[in-house]
Amino acid sequence: MASSARAPHIVGVGQSAYTRWGGIQNRSQFQITAEAIVAAARDAGLPVSAIDGLTSFSNDSNEGPVMQAALGIPELRWSAMVWGGGGGGSCGAVSLACAAIESGQAEVVVAYRGLCQGQGRRFGRAAPTRTHGSYIAPFGLFAPPQMLALMVQRFMHLYPITEDHLAEVALSFRANANRNPRAVMGDRTLTKEQYLASRWIAEPLRLYDCCLETDGAAAVIITTAERARDLAQQQVEVLASAHGGGAGWSTGPLGSQNMPDDTYASTNNRRLAGELFAKAGLTPDDIDVAQIYDHFSGMVLMALEDFGFCGPGESGAFVAEGNIRHDGGSLPLNTSGGQLSEAYVHGVNLIIEGVRQMRGTSTAQVADASTCLVTGGLGVAPTSAILLGRN
Amino acid sequence: MALFPETMPRPEPDMDDAPFWSACAEQRLQFQSCAVCGLLRHPPAPICAGCHSTEVAWVTAPEEAEVFSFTVIHHASHAAVADNLPYVVGLVTFPNLPGVKLVTNITEIPPSEVRIGMRLTLWWDDIGEGMHLPRFRPA
Repeated sequence: MASSARAPHIVGVGQSAYTRWGGIQNRSQFQITAEAIVAAARDAGLPVSAIDGLTSFSNDSNEGPVMQAALGIPELRWSAMVWGGGGGGSCGAVSLACAAIESGQAEVVVAYRGLCQGQGRRFGRAAPTRTHGSYIAPFGLFAPPQMLALMVQRFMHLYPITEDHLAEVALSFRANANRNPRAVMGDRTLTKEQYLASRWIAEPLRLYDCCLETDGAAAVIITTAERARDLAQQQVEVLASAHGGGAGWSTGPLGSQNMPDDTYASTNNRRLAGELFAKAGLTPDDIDVAQIYDHFSGMVLMALEDFGFCGPGESGAFVAEGNIRHDGGSLPLNTSGGQLSEAYVHGVNLIIEGVRQMRGTSTAQVADASTCLVTGGLGVAPTSAILLGRN
Repeated sequence: MALFPETMPRPEPDMDDAPFWSACAEQRLQFQSCAVCGLLRHPPAPICAGCHSTEVAWVTAPEEAEVFSFTVIHHASHAAVADNLPYVVGLVTFPNLPGVKLVTNITEIPPSEVRIGMRLTLWWDDIGEGMHLPRFRPA
């Protein structure tokens, strides 16, 4: 695959250990985030001093200029954050990095996220103040699983989607985690019986339909094709990246839920998906493996439809046929275990797993995989996604 | 008695949406619309997304609503709801006032019997200190 000299490539990945929520108490969130960035630079074979751009999302509290000084980065040329409070901007942080790389405004950009929920506010708990919070909190709608349960309920009303299909997502991802020693749920198996017996969180979502709450940090380094050629790792090109959102979403499900009727039960990615594939010159049929933001199982099904892997309402049948499983599936998903079973680092762990698949180093490697879709948080605004390719 | 205890979070009116809440206080459910082009919007916003006028009008909502979606909540994400589990949060639309949705509670029905498309009617919950919140029961 030919690429221009400034075509963006992910050349390094780094992560902390992932633990259950509150598991990292003796070291600060900022410290493990800094360590993840250093690990990513080492993985790439680049000195930390070569970094000249920092991006993040979701109001990451590990501030870029503070990180620059902490790491002794001599000159910052790109410092940017994707708006939005959920995980929607995870791949958007990469798209910001790509914008800087392609335009020549920076040479080596790190996209990162650190999240120790035992040290700060726990994401899944009621927030003291949210934009448009007056329209939900007094009615007992406090937390993302409750908020997105409303969207999944509507989705399951419109289409033939059942609890068996939600279970297939949870069980497939857990099976992948069971192959991954880094996964928080690596040594915990999950059966269909356990899934069905698990407690309701917010119907139609059970415990195992909801992502983990974990502590951890993750970082990826993006640079030009020209530099990537001289570095240590298998070249992984960002074939396309995008972030944004459709009309009228605003705070969406995290606010008053006044998304337009025709996009309410969607991931807010229909336009973005089309433009992403077009930019890369690919179609959904060309994708070998995907890492789809799995905050909630039902949203993964929605994404299969919105990204065109099956038609509207067909995602239940698609997963029932075994298509998303590592063993024999046509589109293995979330091969590290995803956020349901590896860790919840707001999707940056999914980007790292996408890179591993392109390098051929996943613990659930898809044979000869040369293309991977990674999405950011689904059903919020803005959303984001990237297409990775093995060069 | 109010649906939830007094430790429940209350609306926090701001410069842009105070009229919505002062109407609720008087047990009137009214949505904001553009005074120029009539476009309805919720939550209240300081400018019309259609014509960009900042002049607003207020439209009284009908008392009849319909379930657009709902969730039965079994986990207390806030201590105030611990004794209310399970409870139903509904997203409702108004057949005679298309264009806005309202997050509310659906009460006086077993949670397992709530369905999308079900017709509801408005009731006002007195949450104290002069404020009322719009909640719904089966019509």
